Amino acid sequence: MAHTRKTAGSKKNYTQAQAPLCVKDLTVAYHRKPVLWDIDLTLPEGQLIAVVGPNGAGKSTFIKSVLGLVPRASGAISIYGKSYESQRHLVGYVPQRESVDWDFPVNALDVVAMGLYRQIGWFRPVNKNHRKKALDSLEKVGMANYAYRQISQLSGGQQQRVFLARALAQDARLYFMDEPFAGVDAATERAIISLLKELKSVGKTCVVVHHDLQTVPTYFDHVVLLNMRLVDAGPVETVFNEENLKKTYGGRLTLLTHALNEYAKTPQFPSNTD
Amino acid sequence: MEWTFIDTWIVLVGALSAAACALLGNYLVLRRMSMMGDAISHAVLPGLAIAFLITGSRDSLPMLVGAIIVGVVTTFMIQGIDRLSGLDRGASMGVVFTTLFAIGLILIRQAADHVDLDPSCVLYGAIELTPLDTVELFGQEIPQAAITSGLMLMVNLAFVIVFFKELKITSFDPALATTMGFNANVLHYILMTLVAATTIAAFESVGSILVIAMLIVPGAAAHLMTDRLGWMLIISVVFSVLSAFLGHLSAITIPTWFGFQDTSTAGMMALIAGLLFVVVFLFSPRYGVFSRMVNQFLLGLRIVGDDILGFLYRYHELAPANAAPVPVPEIQNALQTDIPVKVMIWNLRRTGLILRQNGGYTLTPSGKKAGKGLIRSHRLWESYLCNVMGYCNTDVHRHAHQFEHFTDTKLQEELSQVTGNPDYDPHNRKIPM
Ligand SMILES: Nc1ncnc2c1ncn2[C@@H]1O[C@H](COP(=O)(O)OP(=O)(O)OP(=O)(O)O)[C@@H](O)[C@H]1O
Ligand SMILES: [Mg+2]
Repeated sequence: MAHTRKTAGSKKNYTQAQAPLCVKDLTVAYHRKPVLWDIDLTLPEGQLIAVVGPNGAGKSTFIKSVLGLVPRASGAISIYGKSYESQRHLVGYVPQRESVDWDFPVNALDVVAMGLYRQIGWFRPVNKNHRKKALDSLEKVGMANYAYRQISQLSGGQQQRVFLARALAQDARLYFMDEPFAGVDAATERAIISLLKELKSVGKTCVVVHHDLQTVPTYFDHVVLLNMRLVDAGPVETVFNEENLKKTYGGRLTLLTHALNEYAKTPQFPSNTD
Repeated sequence: MEWTFIDTWIVLVGALSAAACALLGNYLVLRRMSMMGDAISHAVLPGLAIAFLITGSRDSLPMLVGAIIVGVVTTFMIQGIDRLSGLDRGASMGVVFTTLFAIGLILIRQAADHVDLDPSCVLYGAIELTPLDTVELFGQEIPQAAITSGLMLMVNLAFVIVFFKELKITSFDPALATTMGFNANVLHYILMTLVAATTIAAFESVGSILVIAMLIVPGAAAHLMTDRLGWMLIISVVFSVLSAFLGHLSAITIPTWFGFQDTSTAGMMALIAGLLFVVVFLFSPRYGVFSRMVNQFLLGLRIVGDDILGFLYRYHELAPANAAPVPVPEIQNALQTDIPVKVMIWNLRRTGLILRQNGGYTLTPSGKKAGKGLIRSHRLWESYLCNVMGYCNTDVHRHAHQFEHFTDTKLQEELSQVTGNPDYDPHNRKIPM
């Protein structure tokens, strides 16, 4: 199983310098009000990594500060050992779906082609080859039939797939996805997760903001628990426990115990044993 | 009315200015910053005045520089207030541009005491006078304003073509664009600088009212007419040129019909743009209010037509083979409508689906086929809703009746398969093949 092999291989062998993401003492503030405090974090390569935390915990802010979209008050970030600016080409980003205007006069193919813009470079137009590549990406998420539809005429789940296709077109090594599972139905959720598994099987790292605690253990290998501070981060088997979740969600969560009971019942994770 | 070369120049100056504004305006509309055009075109006023006070002349170049500086400062101020105060964007713009506009007016009054710089001229422009102020170029007398606005149009055209891809991604998804190295802020400032420059270039000749109208209206109209960004740019330019031409034409003709003098051409161009927008709003094929009504109406008629075919089919199914043709009132009674039935009977007859026979109507062979298809869809839907979905109450007929109009043969096949190719519907009526 790809999962086992990858975890076994990458668990201890990476050094901090080569880690996909290494964050030191990160503090981020909006209008002088800190929303992330002193985050220290190193993420492993080739895994599916969940970022969980309540609304307003700073999950989106965390991703945005890593990508240089919001200024950091202090701290340092490295991607595969270098600054973000020099590693742009290795990083893909799927923003929250609500962050764009879906009435914009573009079709699904145009949006996916945007994933290729960095590669195309300044001033050069999108050509036939690029469009072909974009269409291939749409095909991979099962949306080839909708390529020429204006994007507001797609359902929420279809829009999410278009965003994922765009990320695929970016052909990155490290992906940041902000709530790709928000508001999608079971079929799309399955499609997305199998896509994530596929990315993982070719050695990509995906950092995914995720809200459904029940599915964290089944979908992800590694988890980052965040609530303004870093509560804990590590392999799901060791850090995704009641105590940590209570710390993250402030004990207000009744669903939580249920989720953990469910989790306890699932006999799996062969990677535990190596 | 007599059309002279003067009129041609007026229209040309208007069209060039309007097109230059419209190109950039598309991006203001798409970035939901329509107010920004308004803000900048007002805020450049103090820039004009200061440049004028410093140089003491109405030379274009110092004015352009002054206005661009103020335009960029405005952009920064709006951005700053936006970030720091937490006010919404519209409010930040309002604060900045009204303040600057007021300062500008005061300064201009000040300046106007020395040289002739007329505040009202800034608002309405003096497009009618532009053909008089000419320079010689290639042995031709060409109005100064035509050259300025023509150059501005070239610059803007080059900008939207060269940066087409960059403008697209930074307008649609600034965050992603920035992570890819296409800095959204940089493009924002370039765009705003060009808006400021365009405003100035157009200011003197066409006035700020037309500038504001042309920054917003063509883009908004084009957005209603197309789903592609490239077409949106083209349509907005066509729209602005059309407004300029029709605007001037109306300015010199319409008032004379009522025995008045010509009216302000710039004002009329803006008004025509507004009227054209209303037309687009009502009639644009996809989003137009009127087109939507027409489509609804046509759909309604189509459904009545379908219902007539279905009714006649059912009638023939139950009645003996030699039954008399069905008279119109009976159909009207069954369908509970009057005029639509008449219209559609006329149409069905025209298309050869029904036949008139001794005072009534019967289906032709092709009509029978169409009717059979509808009834088949209807009964398959009933079977599906009842047998597969377990939804068997009296509403079934009503739902099946709605769905039958939107069921093509492919869907029919699928329905037939999932219901197990039944011969009879839940009410034990035969499902025709
Ligand atoms: N642009 C902004 N200006 C000021 N405050 C902000 C801004 N964006 C976010 N915040 C604040 O920062 C905190 C973290 O927000 P963030 O969007 O990162 O949370 P999140 O964990 O992604 O939440 P959600 O689960 O709702 O998406 C919140 O308290 C929010 O109010
Ligand atoms: Mg968020």
